[in-house]
Amino acid sequence: MPVTNEEILDELAEIVNEVAGVETSEITLEKSFVDELDIDSLSMVEIAVQVEDRFGVKVPDDVLANLKTVGDAVDYVAKAT
Amino acid sequence: MIDVVVTGLGATTPLGGDTASTWDGLRSGKSGVVALTEEWVDRYDLPARIAAKLAVDPADSLKRVEARRWDRCEQVAVIAAREAWQHAGAPNVEPERLAVVIGTGIGGAITLLRQDDLLESAGMRKVSPLTIPMLMPNGPAAHVGLDLGARGGVHAPVAACASGAEALAIAWRMLRAGEVDVVVAGGAEACIVPITLAGFAQMRAMSTRNDEPERASRPFDIARDGFVLGEGAGVMVLERAEFAAARGAFVHGRLAGVGTSSDGHHITAPEPEGIGSGRAISAALRTAGLDKADIGHVNAHATATPVGDVAEAAAIRNAIGNHPVITAPKGALGHLLGAAGAVEGMACVLALRDGVVPPTLNLEDPDPGVQLDVVVGSAREVELHAAINDSFGFGGHNVALAFTRA
Repeated sequence: MPVTNEEILDELAEIVNEVAGVETSEITLEKSFVDELDIDSLSMVEIAVQVEDRFGVKVPDDVLANLKTVGDAVDYVAKAT
Repeated sequence: MIDVVVTGLGATTPLGGDTASTWDGLRSGKSGVVALTEEWVDRYDLPARIAAKLAVDPADSLKRVEARRWDRCEQVAVIAAREAWQHAGAPNVEPERLAVVIGTGIGGAITLLRQDDLLESAGMRKVSPLTIPMLMPNGPAAHVGLDLGARGGVHAPVAACASGAEALAIAWRMLRAGEVDVVVAGGAEACIVPITLAGFAQMRAMSTRNDEPERASRPFDIARDGFVLGEGAGVMVLERAEFAAARGAFVHGRLAGVGTSSDGHHITAPEPEGIGSGRAISAALRTAGLDKADIGHVNAHATATPVGDVAEAAAIRNAIGNHPVITAPKGALGHLLGAAGAVEGMACVLALRDGVVPPTLNLEDPDPGVQLDVVVGSAREVELHAAINDSFGFGGHNVALAFTRA
């Protein structure tokens, strides 16, 4: 099922909001998960599991480690779907 | 000599979501025990179908993500600690001179069970990365420490049903030794789940008076048949007296001395003559510099098990005498396990402050082995100067705390 980057961002923002409590309006492409959104490594694991379930993609640990910004994650999901 | 004062109190219990409502409930003889209506009560055919559940859902006062990331046992600890901290006027203390000591009997049982269910039903990937920090018994202490930014040490004594009292004892020793200026100390518990109800029932330790929940917890009564499982937290802010005075803090009471001992008798059964528990009480008097005659009130551990209550009565008579006015709060609160000593220690401080000893619920026909002046019916007004709070735990842990009026 093809999805737009905008749709991915919206769904990712919902996941991040549910797991880490960050307001969805704060979750924009250029933001860094750790430095700007204050998300810890434990929450990143939860986010990865939910992304896998929601989009039907695999997020291996070595990929997860390189998803620094929200935009990185959106791009990865867009390419993998 | 460094004196230790109580400057803040916080609680969430089966009688109320804070200290004031809990104390009002105790004074007015309210019961926190209710019938369990969960489907698993029938599914497992549990013999004990009653419990003392929290009066206020912890989620009501937490952010959604806090509730999501913290086990219920951690949630109640932080709620009680935040109340105590505000009650103390949020002391301006160097982080390195602030410590936290919060005990628990069981820890994150609910998390352990839920995550094990997920592992079984959905596999490894569904297990939360927060599983370990949510189930570890130092979790409540660690979260309170993080919440307050404490850097003077975070400790989590585990001594079954004496954990909360042991936390206060350790805090007292840290302050006495001059290690820190302020300690946030207490206990937390939240494990009303089938496995604990089943496990305690298999020990024949729980009341099965299921038809009359409010009458089930009967400390010192001849017809007592075991304890009622409860959940909650109690936290105090303790300070070096000079530090509290310098910042102009209101002092609610003093933790004047502590006594700890171990029975060396049996893994769960109390030593029947109350020798070990009596030694703890005597040690609390000694470290507080108090005489037996000074003790006007005892807040008893009395869980309403057949053996424990009379052993404690013997310990009180031998270590103090039969003159103190006694109350056994588990008649109202149920047994909060690792939180019990902290919540009941708070009741002791408030009894001294207000000159009121709450009634013991359901004591209708005293066991002849008790022979103590236990308050029944309604609260008794009495001028008090010093009081003892007893707490004992499986494993033979005995803790006695000596409080004096501010």
